[in-house]
Amino acid sequence: MLPDFAYTRPTSIKEAVKALSAANARVHAGGTDLLGCLRDEIFSVDILVSLGRLDSLRGIRQTADGGLRIGALTTIADVAENLLIQKHYTALAQAAGEVASPQLRNQGTIGGNLCQKPRCWYYRGEFHCLRKGGDMCYAADGQSQFHCLFGSGDICYIVHPSDTAPALIALGAKVRIAGKRRQKTVPVEKFFVLPEDDVQTETILAAEEIVTEIILPPPPANLKSRYRKVRARRSWDFALSGAALALQFDDSDVVRRARVVLSGVAPIPWRAPAVETVLTGQALTPAVIARAANAAVENAEPLAQNEYKVPLLRGMLKEELGAFG
Amino acid sequence: MADEHETNDRKGVTRRQFMTRVGVGAVAATVVGGPPAGRAEAAQVMRPGEMAKITLWINTRRHRLLVAPRWSLLYVIRERLGLTATKVGCERGECGACTVLVDDRPIYACMLLAVEAENKKITTLEGLMQGEQIGPVQDAFIQHDAFQCGYCTCGQIMAAEGLLRKNPRPADEAIPLAVSGNLCRCGAYPQIFKAVRAAADKRGDQ
Repeated sequence: MLPDFAYTRPTSIKEAVKALSAANARVHAGGTDLLGCLRDEIFSVDILVSLGRLDSLRGIRQTADGGLRIGALTTIADVAENLLIQKHYTALAQAAGEVASPQLRNQGTIGGNLCQKPRCWYYRGEFHCLRKGGDMCYAADGQSQFHCLFGSGDICYIVHPSDTAPALIALGAKVRIAGKRRQKTVPVEKFFVLPEDDVQTETILAAEEIVTEIILPPPPANLKSRYRKVRARRSWDFALSGAALALQFDDSDVVRRARVVLSGVAPIPWRAPAVETVLTGQALTPAVIARAANAAVENAEPLAQNEYKVPLLRGMLKEELGAFG
Repeated sequence: MADEHETNDRKGVTRRQFMTRVGVGAVAATVVGGPPAGRAEAAQVMRPGEMAKITLWINTRRHRLLVAPRWSLLYVIRERLGLTATKVGCERGECGACTVLVDDRPIYACMLLAVEAENKKITTLEGLMQGEQIGPVQDAFIQHDAFQCGYCTCGQIMAAEGLLRKNPRPADEAIPLAVSGNLCRCGAYPQIFKAVRAAADKRGDQ
């Protein structure tokens, strides 16, 4: 049985924001991450604010400019199965299809996938770690095989658990946020917070703010995108390492623009500008692919037990770049 | 035949029953197998431990019952309604033993609050029965010996049923993926895949 809490299900975004302004209130979207956190007592909650009645936050619609709007409550399964997303934003459909298990994809939402809590076993276990307001990180000298290679700031070594976020960043998506004032729109890339900026939070959301919508720009001509996730088993597992690649080619198969965002290797979805630089202006020859894969791991800082992620990431990128055709 | 089943659990009723429906009669008038469309009510707050009366549509029957906000759908299905085909496993969304269909899609009943399932169409394994007759997916599991200890079986069947409701003619590759959210520690997977294949083919023939 879960610990006790109050519960409300507002009928408008405005009401929801108001309800979230109460002390220790939390958003309930799909609930798959939230209920796990409550059961494990990672945090407590005084009142759950369910978004279940906000039907306007469901569904996928084309925008006037040819882009796409995905309501924050759209399930991961609906994102994975959407034909427009499969065709024009392939990396996102692939990433959504790789999330958790079929049941969790049917219940989990795209907004919730961006707002989920990390899976570090110290954070999820009975350890009062930095991220929970304690005074030390247990992964630094502890069991670190699933921890990060980049971006820890030597503070906290979580990896961001989302598959869809790297794909959204590679595709230049924005996130729409409702709060006390007017709605604001932020690039998904700017949505996440590094440990050095605030070790106790993963996103820029204030307590009363709600992700309402994801906005994808119109797909540029000759854009090809892919998402690859490497994990120990085909279902449930989070990425040991992964990559969202969005490459725009010219007519002679030269990469004009590249966006490469890694998953499973940093506390936030990790943009890899060094890889993008290697790829830009080049055709994907074996030599270019090898250089790009090497560039991805150049500044990796493995811990005692996650060094395997370095060759894994390099090899995975080689395979994925080789698969663009 | 769909009939109305009233379950009024009066144990633990506290001061006020927030979220209590106004106009229960209007709901009763539409009791034929499924939740009514388009309901809008003002937001109310259920306090911790407080019970609220909600409507759950399970296997085409309407249940009115009192629930606390923290109760999972799994708890309500088994402990309040006595529908015990849905099994308790990990209670953390990792094993699939509690799989039920919500609006024809498989979900883990342990990871869904009962209050969140209000007015959705819920199907448990009992709902696949046709009277005393077992349904085609259940039958295929028996014919293909698709279990050993049987604890995960109801969840496996519900995951398979969800697949076939969405995709009546699944490719072979779709079957392992469809039950990939359900653990079988006995390792009956080859038989499970065969059973789902057979159930799909039988449906296709009809």
